[in-house]
Amino acid sequence: MPVESLASPDQPGAAPRVALFATCLVDAMRPTVGFAAAKLLEDAGCTVHVPPQTCCGQPAFNNGDRQTSRDLALQMIAAFEPYDYVVVPSGSCGGMISKHYPELFAGDPNLAGRAERLAAKTFELVSFLTDVLGVTSVSATFEGRVTYHDSCSGLRELGIQSQPRKLLASVQGLSLVEMKDNDVCCGFGGTFAVKYGEISDKIVSEKAVNAQASEAGTLLAGDLGCLMNMAGKLSRKGSAMDVRHVAEVLAGMTATPPIGKVTPDAAAKETTPRGTTP
Amino acid sequence: MTTSRDNLFASIRRSLHVKGDERLRAGIVEDRLDRAPKGIIPDRAQIDAPAKLALLLEKLVGVQATTAVLADYSEVPAAVADYLRANNLPATLKRGDDPRLAACPWDKTALDVSVGRSDGGDLNAISHAEAGIAETGTMALISGPENPTTLNFLPDNHIVVLSATDVVGDLEAIWPRIRAKYGKGEMPRTVNFITGPSRSGDIEQTILLGAHGPRRLHVLIVGA
Amino acid sequence: MSAQSTAHSFKANATGAMADAQLTGNLKAVRQNFIDKRAKAASELPEFEALRENAKEIKNHTLAHLDLYLEKYEAKVTASGGYVHFAADAEEARQITLDICRKVGAKTVTKGKSMITEEVGLNAFLEANGVTPVETDLGEYIIQLRGEAPSHIIAPAVHLNKEQIESDFRRVHTHLDANRDLTEKTSLLTEARAVLREKFLVADVGITGANFLIAETGTSIIVTNEGNGDLTQVLPKVHVVMASIEKMVPTLEDVSQILRLLARSATGQEMSVYTTLSTGPRRKGAFSSEVDAGSREENATKKEARAQARGDVDGPEEYHVIILDNGRSAMLGGEFQDMLRCIRCAACMNHCPVYHQIGGHAYGWIYPGPMGSVLTPSLIGVDEAGHLPNASTFCGRCESVCPMKIPLPKMMRHWREREFERNLNPAIARYGLGLWAFFARRPKLYALSTRIAMKAMRLLGRGKGRFTWLLGASAWTKYRDFAVPEGETFQAKWKRERGVK
Repeated sequence: MPVESLASPDQPGAAPRVALFATCLVDAMRPTVGFAAAKLLEDAGCTVHVPPQTCCGQPAFNNGDRQTSRDLALQMIAAFEPYDYVVVPSGSCGGMISKHYPELFAGDPNLAGRAERLAAKTFELVSFLTDVLGVTSVSATFEGRVTYHDSCSGLRELGIQSQPRKLLASVQGLSLVEMKDNDVCCGFGGTFAVKYGEISDKIVSEKAVNAQASEAGTLLAGDLGCLMNMAGKLSRKGSAMDVRHVAEVLAGMTATPPIGKVTPDAAAKETTPRGTTP
Repeated sequence: MTTSRDNLFASIRRSLHVKGDERLRAGIVEDRLDRAPKGIIPDRAQIDAPAKLALLLEKLVGVQATTAVLADYSEVPAAVADYLRANNLPATLKRGDDPRLAACPWDKTALDVSVGRSDGGDLNAISHAEAGIAETGTMALISGPENPTTLNFLPDNHIVVLSATDVVGDLEAIWPRIRAKYGKGEMPRTVNFITGPSRSGDIEQTILLGAHGPRRLHVLIVGA
Repeated sequence: MSAQSTAHSFKANATGAMADAQLTGNLKAVRQNFIDKRAKAASELPEFEALRENAKEIKNHTLAHLDLYLEKYEAKVTASGGYVHFAADAEEARQITLDICRKVGAKTVTKGKSMITEEVGLNAFLEANGVTPVETDLGEYIIQLRGEAPSHIIAPAVHLNKEQIESDFRRVHTHLDANRDLTEKTSLLTEARAVLREKFLVADVGITGANFLIAETGTSIIVTNEGNGDLTQVLPKVHVVMASIEKMVPTLEDVSQILRLLARSATGQEMSVYTTLSTGPRRKGAFSSEVDAGSREENATKKEARAQARGDVDGPEEYHVIILDNGRSAMLGGEFQDMLRCIRCAACMNHCPVYHQIGGHAYGWIYPGPMGSVLTPSLIGVDEAGHLPNASTFCGRCESVCPMKIPLPKMMRHWREREFERNLNPAIARYGLGLWAFFARRPKLYALSTRIAMKAMRLLGRGKGRFTWLLGASAWTKYRDFAVPEGETFQAKWKRERGVK
């Protein structure tokens, strides 16, 4: 790993100070993804910071509420601008900051520059590892066949396609099989999934069919929204397929059960009535 | 009274925040029309003459046209007769009064050749192309009494004669020729770019040949 | 008033479409066909990306000077002996068309495939006024027999299968042998060819749209594969072109650039079979008594060409162009101007996951898919068509294949902004988002409340991993399970394990 070449742009020689924006979904639903991201960044020689955070504003932005998006963007800018880099384990939230923040403040003499600067140093996790830090392999083990879904924003806004595959190839024991239409939307689309649930359902049903047909045991992607959608559909169909964020596998942090599942131990522990000994 | 024309131009100008009499804008437009700058020309057709001909032939086959290469115009009638016979088609032919076609020795064949436009009763027609475009396998035909446009569309079988000297690489190469013939900014009534026989994909996206135009397109390249 | 819309009942339309097994089956075939062919054609032209950029620049330049190019175009058409008419809206465009038909006593008009005449609802109007319009594109002909609107802008009958087409032909072509065999697709094609050939030969007026109008020469261009558009414009006495203002391009060189993108993006062909440039009416011979000799200045080259010319033996005697605005001029200079670059190739809908599920009719108006979701609210109002820009996952695939690089998701978002500003979204969505925004704006309160909420959800879902039903999330759990959260929030756990960094 080219740790020697790493340096904070502000302090030559010092490790880059990375602010981790976990995203509101990871924060609430699946902290493991945040810890996996932190581990990958630290293994690559970064110091990881977690400033107080809520949401990047994407739901408001995509629902036409520009004022709320700007308010939340400003909050993000203020909290994250002191760091060398902002890293996000999500293509859509990463894209929100790096592509759409500048749009939100375009023409605003006071804020355009700040939005541009934050945008320029914000990266999606996996592409940050490979494209900025030059990471070419990880030291993780994962036994089994996996398939990878290219989440739309990461793929089409940020050009993330080869990067996760490159790192997955270095995971011991893992074999990657591509499913049909891996670059086609899973039907999540944020609030689309609930506003147009019936259409969303048809789209994710096809995704589930394609994922299952790949005969992989585990479905991976880089966006928790898409993952929850696909996991929810697979589980509703009674599929045994596991679903995980790609960072969990790359960091070797797969002790946490797959999305929407429980380990038998945990199930027993959680459901045991208080006061009895298991 | 304002007309719809006035209103339309007023609305466009309101939206664009212009008055329409700005000399700078007018100059930009005049210049573009005058210079007609070329854009991006694909490399694939920037090749020498034999390679252009080879590319044209390859592309024609790719669009389900058939081809034959002839040494000179005297071979055209026999080649047409052969083609019609091979496809079990009647020995009739409609042509315009293109001098190159008129000069062909039709009387050396048993073909029943008539001259003029088509009224829908002709099974077979022959036209002379203005040029052939190698990059896509496209025939460029120009309307007029020499090659009436109806011959390109009404008959079931369309034979197009192309002089090997008229094979050009790219689509844009056509325009200087047309300007030289008709004047800058002027056009014949119709320019037809024809790339293969007529087809439709409207029934279950299955491509079927011979929708409304010719079912067959046969290209005779002369002088190669 | 333009063609009727059912865009306001998009959801019900979509539900109906998705329940139609025939339709969804037909739509499956659409995808692979168009997608694979386009991808192949684009990959075989190394200059494809550079051409997209150039085509975008050409159209941007044209739109910025549209008034001037329209004037140049108009002058050229007039000089070549044609007529230009300007129509503010659908009603005027229909009336102008009818007037032209009446002047020549037209009984039957043939039509080339044209979205613009669909937009203005021309067929119904002509019919009501005693003129019979006959659609001649095979797909358009089929849907005309069925009384339907197109469900796709380049493949109007893409929602139908051959059995449905056969039954329509049997219903309408009653003059043919009832025992004929129509099981093969080729038999259907042959029958349509024969029936329509008769119509071509007797039509008094031919009406086409235009893919492009060229300012340099006063030329209109149509691009087809069947040849029906050409028979429509070459055989009748009168050729009427109806085109909207944004079809303009400056020069022959400019249109050549865009033509390289059009067929590849639409059907994956390198060129469509017929690309036809029409300029003015049939040319009269130089020595004909009808020639308007010396009526305008002509350069020497042209004079010579004319002197040699003996005049056309076919082609229309009159050539009319109707230039339609119908709301487009108001889109210039604003956040929807980029939409006017659209060349109607349909790549956006061919690649749209939503279109794939519901087909074109569910969108409720003439233009389906992503391009329609942007254009339709501009033309018939966002009150009527408000669903359309919302019914997108913003997956961005449309923009990634658009030959004119139109930022379709961005413009759908602009519509959502307008709807939000005008309180047009459903109340529940507004309150939901408002409540969420209230917390998201207050990081401390947010951290506390998510900590409590996630703990509660974990407790509620203990031992299960997933919810099959969840209060307040039924719109989600109706179709899919909802994962039980890990229980502790990331920020709380990070603080606990690492302290504040």
